[in-house]
Amino acid sequence: MKLPISWLKDYIDLDGLTVEDIARKLTLAGLEVEEIKYAGLPMPDHAGSGMHSSGRHEFKTSGISWDRDKIVVAEIREVMPHPNADRLTLLDLYDGQQNQVVLTGAPNIFHLKGTGKLAKPIKVAYAKEGSTIYDGHAEGLVLTTLKRAKIRGVESYSMACSEKELGISEEHEGIIILDDDAPVGMPLVDYMGDAVLDIAVVPNMARNANVMGVARELAALTGRELKKPVIEYRTEGESVENLVSIEITEPELNPRFVIGLIRDVEIKPSPYKIQRRLRLAGIRPINNVVDATNYAMLDQGEPLHAFDYDVLKSRAGNKNVKIITRSAKDGEKLTTLDDVERTLSSTNVLVCDEKGPLSIAGVMGGAESEVTDKTKNILLEGAAWNFINIRKTAKQHNLPSEASFRFSRGVHPSLAETGVKRGLQLMAEWSGGKIAPGLVDAYPLKPKDSVVDVSPRDVKRLLGIDLTVEQIAELLTRLEFKCEPTARGLRVTAPSHRLDIGEGVIGLADVLEEVARSYGYDNIPETRMSDSLPPQIGNPIYEWEERVRDLLVSLGLQEVVSYRLTSPERESRVVKYDEYVTLANPITPERRVMRRSLVASVLDAVEKNARAESIAMFEIGPVFEPVKSDPSTGSGQALPNEPRKLVLAMTGLRDALAWDVKESPNFDFYDMKGRVELLLSGLHFTDVSYIPTDSVPYLHPGKSAEVRVNEKVVGVFGELHPLVKDKYEVEEAPILVAEFDLDVLRTVSPSYEIKPVPDVPPVFEDIAVVLDESIPASKVEALIRQTGGRALANVKLFDVYRGEQVGAGKKSLAYSLTYQSDKTMTDAEAAAIRRKIVRRLEHELGARLRS
Amino acid sequence: MLDKLNEIEKTALESLQSITDQAALEAWRVANLGRSSPLMQVFTGLGKLSKEERPTVGAAANRVKTALESAWEERAQAIKEAALAKSLEEEALDVTLPGRAVRVGRLHPSTQQLRRVLDILAEMGFQVYTSREIETDEVNYQLLNFPPDHPARDMQDTFFVRAEGREDNPILLRTHTSPGQIHAMREYAAMNPENPPPIRIALPGMCFRFEQITARSEIQFNQVEGLVVGKNITFADLKGTLSDFARRMFGRHARTRFRASYFPFTEPSAEMDVECFVCGGKGCSVCKNSGWLEILGCGMVHPIVLQNGGYDPTRYSGYAWGMGPERQLMLRYRIDDIRYFWGNDLRFLEQF
Repeated sequence: MKLPISWLKDYIDLDGLTVEDIARKLTLAGLEVEEIKYAGLPMPDHAGSGMHSSGRHEFKTSGISWDRDKIVVAEIREVMPHPNADRLTLLDLYDGQQNQVVLTGAPNIFHLKGTGKLAKPIKVAYAKEGSTIYDGHAEGLVLTTLKRAKIRGVESYSMACSEKELGISEEHEGIIILDDDAPVGMPLVDYMGDAVLDIAVVPNMARNANVMGVARELAALTGRELKKPVIEYRTEGESVENLVSIEITEPELNPRFVIGLIRDVEIKPSPYKIQRRLRLAGIRPINNVVDATNYAMLDQGEPLHAFDYDVLKSRAGNKNVKIITRSAKDGEKLTTLDDVERTLSSTNVLVCDEKGPLSIAGVMGGAESEVTDKTKNILLEGAAWNFINIRKTAKQHNLPSEASFRFSRGVHPSLAETGVKRGLQLMAEWSGGKIAPGLVDAYPLKPKDSVVDVSPRDVKRLLGIDLTVEQIAELLTRLEFKCEPTARGLRVTAPSHRLDIGEGVIGLADVLEEVARSYGYDNIPETRMSDSLPPQIGNPIYEWEERVRDLLVSLGLQEVVSYRLTSPERESRVVKYDEYVTLANPITPERRVMRRSLVASVLDAVEKNARAESIAMFEIGPVFEPVKSDPSTGSGQALPNEPRKLVLAMTGLRDALAWDVKESPNFDFYDMKGRVELLLSGLHFTDVSYIPTDSVPYLHPGKSAEVRVNEKVVGVFGELHPLVKDKYEVEEAPILVAEFDLDVLRTVSPSYEIKPVPDVPPVFEDIAVVLDESIPASKVEALIRQTGGRALANVKLFDVYRGEQVGAGKKSLAYSLTYQSDKTMTDAEAAAIRRKIVRRLEHELGARLRS
Repeated sequence: MLDKLNEIEKTALESLQSITDQAALEAWRVANLGRSSPLMQVFTGLGKLSKEERPTVGAAANRVKTALESAWEERAQAIKEAALAKSLEEEALDVTLPGRAVRVGRLHPSTQQLRRVLDILAEMGFQVYTSREIETDEVNYQLLNFPPDHPARDMQDTFFVRAEGREDNPILLRTHTSPGQIHAMREYAAMNPENPPPIRIALPGMCFRFEQITARSEIQFNQVEGLVVGKNITFADLKGTLSDFARRMFGRHARTRFRASYFPFTEPSAEMDVECFVCGGKGCSVCKNSGWLEILGCGMVHPIVLQNGGYDPTRYSGYAWGMGPERQLMLRYRIDDIRYFWGNDLRFLEQF
């Protein structure tokens, strides 16, 4: 919401406060000032240099200040032709001190060219030589300083300004024509210098989306007096109550409807002061009647709607007009004042007469009864609507407006009467219309003002400050709460403009927030908690997963984090699923489902970095598995499962190339296996087995393995299947992938113990056996370990040989064995173990000792 | 004989002068101190000398032997030092050549920042609580005091999941980690429903918003929330705890400011700003010339939320806050495009 300071000053004395002081107070109290735009008033000295005199800077600031001496109110006395240019004119202008000749091309005074001395001088905003204003002809806002120059042979040094040149609006079609009462010679900044606060209005501050609301807050925050406008006017003619009746069919949707009548209006532009304020507030002036409805809305917070009374009367066959509010029928049609025919549904509420719909309640008026240049008599509506209903309707028809913005956040029904009266008053003032006596007021559902009990104990318990009953009453009274003392504290009644105060425990929180705001959040001390400590539970799952992350980083892998949202097509490069958790409102088809494959996520990242010399990365996160609904429970679709996965991917060069490393092999299966082994040993798994598998569709059937811990499958790894790899734009090098189910892995996570370091030296021995190619190495090692028993501390494969010496279909595996026992082992003891091992290898695996 | 000894000594010492390498030195030792050297011959011939001559010559021979030996040792040391000096010189490297690279791994910047935040909170007594990413409307909104069609819902645009038969309680991607507040309170309250224990938890995790993906807005982001519930928890405690946190996170002298704000699940609500750590409050592009950075939203837990969590709002109170680790990183490192975070470009990730 854009709020001109000059308007605020109508209702509160702001002397002694700078614009920034005001903005700071409002911001801390919950009306966040997002930007200050100066339109005349002096800017703080830091604004230009980006520095506050105190070295601090508080608000995003823009705009322009008007030099007191150089920019003043002046009057045009005559519009004379330019000797050398048909479309330019020369103004005979008096600036309060002397006469000036000012050159202009303004179209809005062009018609006065050559008409001689004006009967009534025209008041304008005059910028003298040397003043700094915006360049009216430049794109955007460019500052310029007026200098003496000759234009078509006539000297020019000063200017009658447009709104753009003074930073009021984008308007540059003509010069500003001030109201007749503008005092000639007065510095323009004193006459109409302004600054606009752009305030973000959060939902529970909707009551303050108007000048009166902000003024009320400011009065409470400063302890100054709130000067409410005097809404009084003369009435004449027949009372509206005799001419119009109202029928509200659904009070829940329409708690109040108020109508006033004004006759014989003359439609014309509003006074310049009003137009300027509306423009600063972001609303385009239309004419005095429409402007009055908008002005009254910004002023008091009640959106108004003006009907052409004569149109309604003729629809009623010149009988009395009956206004009916009701829900629309599905498919009912109405052409709104933007000339769009809208098809309505039963959630929409309509304002109708006996002939049919006139407007969409609270959102937009109808075209037929709209105010036009020919309108003479006006019915002015001020109503209250159900905010949820208006919110739905505005959304459904995509009609955001100043009115629907307010109605969809809640406008108190008490404002309907105030709003209509204020609107009638302004219309009469600006259009010469005559207000009919009385108002038609249907008020079937009057909201109850909330009553809440609050005590110093409550304030202490929730805010942590000590306030007396009197102090609490003072803070709340400033915000117009009524306070009565009780035995415990206070019984407070919410003021009748507020819908956001509840009752009971909610009401207490609502009222305490008001106490805190009024007291000032910055005045509440900072304390350290003195409450008792909670039970210590920790989060073993999270802690274990962080340990996995650390291990993977120590193994040289970069963590990546991908979008959880993807598309089935993207994932189908790796794996095809029929069922997905699918978004009802995706932002793009590319991200319309929740991922099921973390492998697909990580391969996307590999592809993205395909040009890197070497890639080693991992991701940890959930995948989302849809769960079939159980029809027996009748509760509809169930929440999906979110199992947590770990995926590793590696590709590219094993070693980093450098000045002395000219080449490097690519990462292969065993590089990945090494990482997998180190990860699992880092997690202290001991009973790990690697089983060849050809059943993982995205892996090379001959280069993939299942990882089992205690016979439980915890993951798979291997080389990416060549057909899958072909679907990615990547380099030649093989891609190695590992995928783990972290939930399973975690559940088999072992405890472990630390063994003492032996004092006696180990005995080392090598052994090489020749056996059939088909026998996996893991089987050989397992048999050696089993046979060696406790004395055999370590077994390490150090050579694999195939060739003539061992014969076709055979391989030689060479192991180095480490014996370790409590006392020094003799050669004979070692030889005995070795003999046992050899014998079992021979018997069970058909191995032959290689000499 | 004594003259001969003097001659032996003189010749030997002279020839030692010119020796510069280990092999020559060994040859010299054999020639002058070896078994068949002239000096040793003298010792061998001692027996043939007269009783009178024997002690004099013997003593002289011993003196020469000692002299030659010590000269040899000295020479040997010198040769060794020269050889070492030479080899040191020869072994000299171009130390300006690049060192050998080791492939290192790193945590994703978001994980790093989450850890920074959670580590500080852990020291302040907050335990980590995690919960699911896909939620029901009930837990994500209704139990947190966002009624259906309430304008507060406009503050968080939501991704809904296609699901049959759930019109009253749709499935959605959580828009904040706050559903964890409900889960946690209910778990804690179940421990002792009559007198539930106090809570101090940090809730990290991925959240989702229905937004266009642009440099400024993302469809997914991490959040860390904090939740405190107890019988003696005040707004002053909220201010104290969060200012303490800010000083740990942004520097010992970080200044904070609390502005009134609105969130449906807290009341009173506030936004905490931290004085811009880029310009020190003087105004810069990072703080958009305001001198302050919006760091988190917070407030006293709304009585309805306490009630929904199983805590009686007339006996318990609490506070909660939420903040974004990616936003903190963007401010701290002046990252101007939020899309980097899930873009997984190694050239971005490797800078952290």
